[in-house]
Amino acid sequence: MKITRVLQGTFTSLSANKLRTGLTILGIVIGVAAVIAMLSVGQGAQNSITSSISSIGTNLLFVSAGSEPRFGGGGFAAAVRNVKALTMADAQALIDPFQAPAVQAVAPILQGGNISAAANGQTTTTTIYGVTSNYFSMRNEQVSEGAFFNDQQVNTHARVAVIGTDLATTLFGRTTNLTGQELRINGQTFTIIGVLQSKGGSSLGSSDNQAIIPLTTARDRVIRRAGTTVDSIYIQATSATTVSEASTQISNIMRLRHHVAVGKEDFSIFNQQDLASSASSIISVLTIFLGGIAAISLLVGGIGIMNIMLVSVTERTREIGLRKAVGARNRDILIQFMMESLFLSLLGGFIGVFLGWLISLIIGYVASASGTSLTPSVSLNAVLMATLFSAAVGLFFGIYPARRAASLEPVEALRYE
Amino acid sequence: MEDTVIRAEGLTKFYRMGEVEVQALRGLSMRIERGESVAIMGPSGSGKTTLMNILGCLDRPTGGEYILDGEKVSGLNDDQLASIRNRKIGFVFQSFNLLQRTSALANVELPLSYANLQNDGRERAIAALRAVGLESRMKHRPTELSGGEQQRVAIARALVNEPAILMADEPTGNLDSKVGQGIMDLLLSLNRESNTTLLIITHDPRIAAQTQRTIHIQDGLVEENIQ
Repeated sequence: MKITRVLQGTFTSLSANKLRTGLTILGIVIGVAAVIAMLSVGQGAQNSITSSISSIGTNLLFVSAGSEPRFGGGGFAAAVRNVKALTMADAQALIDPFQAPAVQAVAPILQGGNISAAANGQTTTTTIYGVTSNYFSMRNEQVSEGAFFNDQQVNTHARVAVIGTDLATTLFGRTTNLTGQELRINGQTFTIIGVLQSKGGSSLGSSDNQAIIPLTTARDRVIRRAGTTVDSIYIQATSATTVSEASTQISNIMRLRHHVAVGKEDFSIFNQQDLASSASSIISVLTIFLGGIAAISLLVGGIGIMNIMLVSVTERTREIGLRKAVGARNRDILIQFMMESLFLSLLGGFIGVFLGWLISLIIGYVASASGTSLTPSVSLNAVLMATLFSAAVGLFFGIYPARRAASLEPVEALRYE
Repeated sequence: MEDTVIRAEGLTKFYRMGEVEVQALRGLSMRIERGESVAIMGPSGSGKTTLMNILGCLDRPTGGEYILDGEKVSGLNDDQLASIRNRKIGFVFQSFNLLQRTSALANVELPLSYANLQNDGRERAIAALRAVGLESRMKHRPTELSGGEQQRVAIARALVNEPAILMADEPTGNLDSKVGQGIMDLLLSLNRESNTTLLIITHDPRIAAQTQRTIHIQDGLVEENIQ
């Protein structure tokens, strides 16, 4: 039997009962749309996390005291006893072209959370970073107005601050025209010299509610620490390929300086790639989980197809008998019914891909309206997978009804009422 | 070309219905020559439906030999039987058995679609509809046709593959006598003018009387009368 005739027959029989065909397709549509939407939102989340991690800066490593990674303000209790604090001397020692050739720049950081900031009659709490001037370029920070402080201002313990947009909005109700304004941090008066460009709420470790001041000034007036202790040290590797080399070199230097053996480090080194890969593996697991749940609905859709095809075989028993009487072989009947279920599932698949894409667009729109930068991305892989999967569902759930139709005895089928 | 279209020798057919074994045919033998018109008559339970199914290659005999148009049918598999039905037999049913969703023309084309033709055979389908006088209504669906017209479409469908034999099972059973007579006239004229062998199963003696020969079936065996 010619394929055009088979297709024509498929179309005729499916269009004969449009409501039923539509409802059957709907099961597959919902399943595929759910899979596509889940996968694309997962992909979008992965993209946005990866990009926010890379927005921290490029080729960065973080050294903190304690044996667990301590990134940003949070932290874990140290598992090693007698932890030696990181000092300015540690930071200095890491800039060593012979021992640590993979290290390009080092920035020691003092950090204090929940420190009061007041200006313009308003008071709030914020996170204060005491940094050296190279911190800004390492962290990819940009100012929307004004400028960062320079080495000279650090050396002279200048009372200047660069503030984040959220802090600016809280205190002044605006984010522009702020340079030269006064700000009291922990009761000390600072002059605002710059406003940071917003990085958005989802950016890791760089909330927009922060003020950045020179390291020297911070030690004197805001964040008091013993001696020359610093809270963490940011290190930039010379390139993306030397990050792990840099990590080893830093480890060696620090171990020597802190007199600890391998495996008993009282410091931790953490890099961006680690962060990115652990974040994306969490997202992958979530995506697979949600996609799997969505796939179950696709399975239910497939059972719907089987159900309807079985009804259809029963309804058309006489037709099958007649077709056999005029010369249809078992194979012809099998192909005819397989084509119908395949057509149902593929059509459902295509509509589902489109609907899923639409849903992911809407999710992206809602996310951006609520201030989260999440751009769902429908990957070609997801589309191909969903389409193939729906075709497979159609074939799998179509086989049983089609075999039943093909194996009908012509005599009994013709006599069927 | 052989002159005997149907040659059946000692056909038997046994069914199991639960515990009971039913002997529908008990060694039936018969012949039908090319160009004959033959009626098969018999009371219900006589085995005439079983005979029709076996002669129509819709069912296999339990024993005996059946040769249709020079081809030995006993022992063929499902696909081979389908091919024989497609090439050699045209069926006309009591209840027409047309596909309701497609046009008269598409119904007539149906056997051709299983026949592995090089072209699509539309010309042949139109010619068959012309032969039954329905060429002008070929675009209509069965629901838009009268009962007599539907049976004419079914006859065109039976003719389209130029079968060796036309088998009609109570072809007038669902029609009133006037329309039924029209169908009988059409079948008999096809038999006379195109030399198509005609086999009619009926329980109506008036129908049987119009054929050249009537075969009476009783208890799975033939009681032949030649008129």
